[in-house]
Amino acid sequence: MRARSVMIRILLQLKHDKRTIGLMIFAPILVLTLMSFIFNGTTYHPKIGIINAPLSFVSSLESNDAMVTRYDESNAYEALSSNQIDAVINFESGVPKVKLEGSDPSKSKTVIMLVQSTASKSIQGSNIDITYLYGYEDMASFDNFGPILIGFFIFFFVFLIAGVSFLGERTSGTLERLLATPIHRWEIVVGYLLGFGVFTIIQSCIIAWFSINVLHIMMVGSFALVLLITILTAMAALSIGTFISAYADNELQMIQFIPIVVVPQVFFSGLFDLSTMSPWLQAIGRVTPLWYVADALRNIMIRGKGLSDIWFDILILTLTCIVFALANVLALKKHRKI
Amino acid sequence: MQNKIDKTSQSPACINIKNVNKSFGKKQVLFDINLIIPHFQILGLLGPSGSGKTTLVKMIAGVDSPTSGEIYLLNEKMPKLSMMNKIGYMAQSDALYGELTAKENLQFFASMYSLSKSKQKQRINEVMELVNLSEHLNKQVKQYSGGMKRRLSLAISLIHEPPVLLLDEPTVGIDPVLRKSIWAELYKLNSNGTTIVVTTHVMDEAEKCDNLGMIREGKLIAVGSPDELKHATSSSTIEGAFLHYGGA
Repeated sequence: MRARSVMIRILLQLKHDKRTIGLMIFAPILVLTLMSFIFNGTTYHPKIGIINAPLSFVSSLESNDAMVTRYDESNAYEALSSNQIDAVINFESGVPKVKLEGSDPSKSKTVIMLVQSTASKSIQGSNIDITYLYGYEDMASFDNFGPILIGFFIFFFVFLIAGVSFLGERTSGTLERLLATPIHRWEIVVGYLLGFGVFTIIQSCIIAWFSINVLHIMMVGSFALVLLITILTAMAALSIGTFISAYADNELQMIQFIPIVVVPQVFFSGLFDLSTMSPWLQAIGRVTPLWYVADALRNIMIRGKGLSDIWFDILILTLTCIVFALANVLALKKHRKI
Repeated sequence: MQNKIDKTSQSPACINIKNVNKSFGKKQVLFDINLIIPHFQILGLLGPSGSGKTTLVKMIAGVDSPTSGEIYLLNEKMPKLSMMNKIGYMAQSDALYGELTAKENLQFFASMYSLSKSKQKQRINEVMELVNLSEHLNKQVKQYSGGMKRRLSLAISLIHEPPVLLLDEPTVGIDPVLRKSIWAELYKLNSNGTTIVVTTHVMDEAEKCDNLGMIREGKLIAVGSPDELKHATSSSTIEGAFLHYGGA
């Protein structure tokens, strides 16, 4: 009953604090939208300068969407050094010689792959048959890490707001005042989980809906499961945030915890490919909650998997919430022993 | 009034502090405090800031617990959760939720004491009337002045009609007219059977209490009514008495 009152109070506080509501809902949406603009761009079409090449080779390049320009020897290299083109191709005794501009590795790679495939095609003339188990041919990289970003932004904002809010309760003296009432310590923690829980359910729904229906991030699984995971993410962030706030003396210190608590989780969550890292380092990811969030969301959204494939992620996230909620109840002992 | 006499006959002490020591880490802040506060009294704890008044009040309230020694409130050993219902506590800092309105603050704390909805409504009107804030009931607390916040804190501590009231510096930052009205209110509550412990560092305010406990550097240096203390030290003011006991 008292936990319910704490919940109502938190919701009322949020209701009066429009800026926080705005921040928690619109900031993730803004960043996700920007990310989708940046990473959803179509494949890069390399600009290639030709000095001397067989006509079949050139038309083959053009059919692969390369922008081909003809140059003579001197102005070709001029164009290359002034960054107007990405590469110069010159056939010397039947062998293509490629000179790359080279300052952007991803552009260089695109050119090399294009030239190699064109060269080999003109010899063999056969096409490789490619099919996809998951994903599809034009899948953008945003589709791949979008699910992680959804999880990350929910985690990040809930962590910060919950931590700062609980810290405020401590520094303003209301926590002490509250502890002078017959409230149990667990009722405070449960009240916080419920209060922010209700709010983050709304937040998660909006963010997930926006990502899928407006940003058209790839989504082949169940929306209900996505919601389940995002809500669990918010609850985990909430319990971790309130726990961490016990070790911060002011809001600035709470922010200083972000590089320690949040950023490493991002590195190990799968946003970056870690498969070349030594296995014991990769294993660090397994102790960060965000890894399980990312794993579950990718499985649902990209691979269309169901409950039977993500139950372990759900279990771990639920345990995280419970463990940190209990830790919070214990941490409150510092302020009142009973 | 009948009720009052019955309680008195059961036990003369409302609050009984026995051999209480309190340390934070290595630093000891209270030394062997012994104090009996009878029912229906206004006891003033007088001492400079940093003398340990707040710590003592917090221990009586059950928020903090003694390092050694015992505190009994209405014959129950503190800290005890069920006894928190019997205590109205006003902290030194205004522990209010600034984003909420006064009414929402009051409702929240009333629900902590499990008051029914109708009782809440009735008590909110009563206490706000009492501290003269009725017209600001639906205003956000962050728009309140310092004095208004102090009065709202007092109203909150009274919401559940506690038999024991613990007030930590209740009149700091309040203008003399309002201070007088707050003291009038405390006398009224007291005559209705409320035991009140109030801390202060203002000497003239100490005169208003039935009994005084003087605290200096964590030690209770004197206990008695303001007149007793003045007579015993043959000084004309409380300040003079404090100086005498303080070893100046």
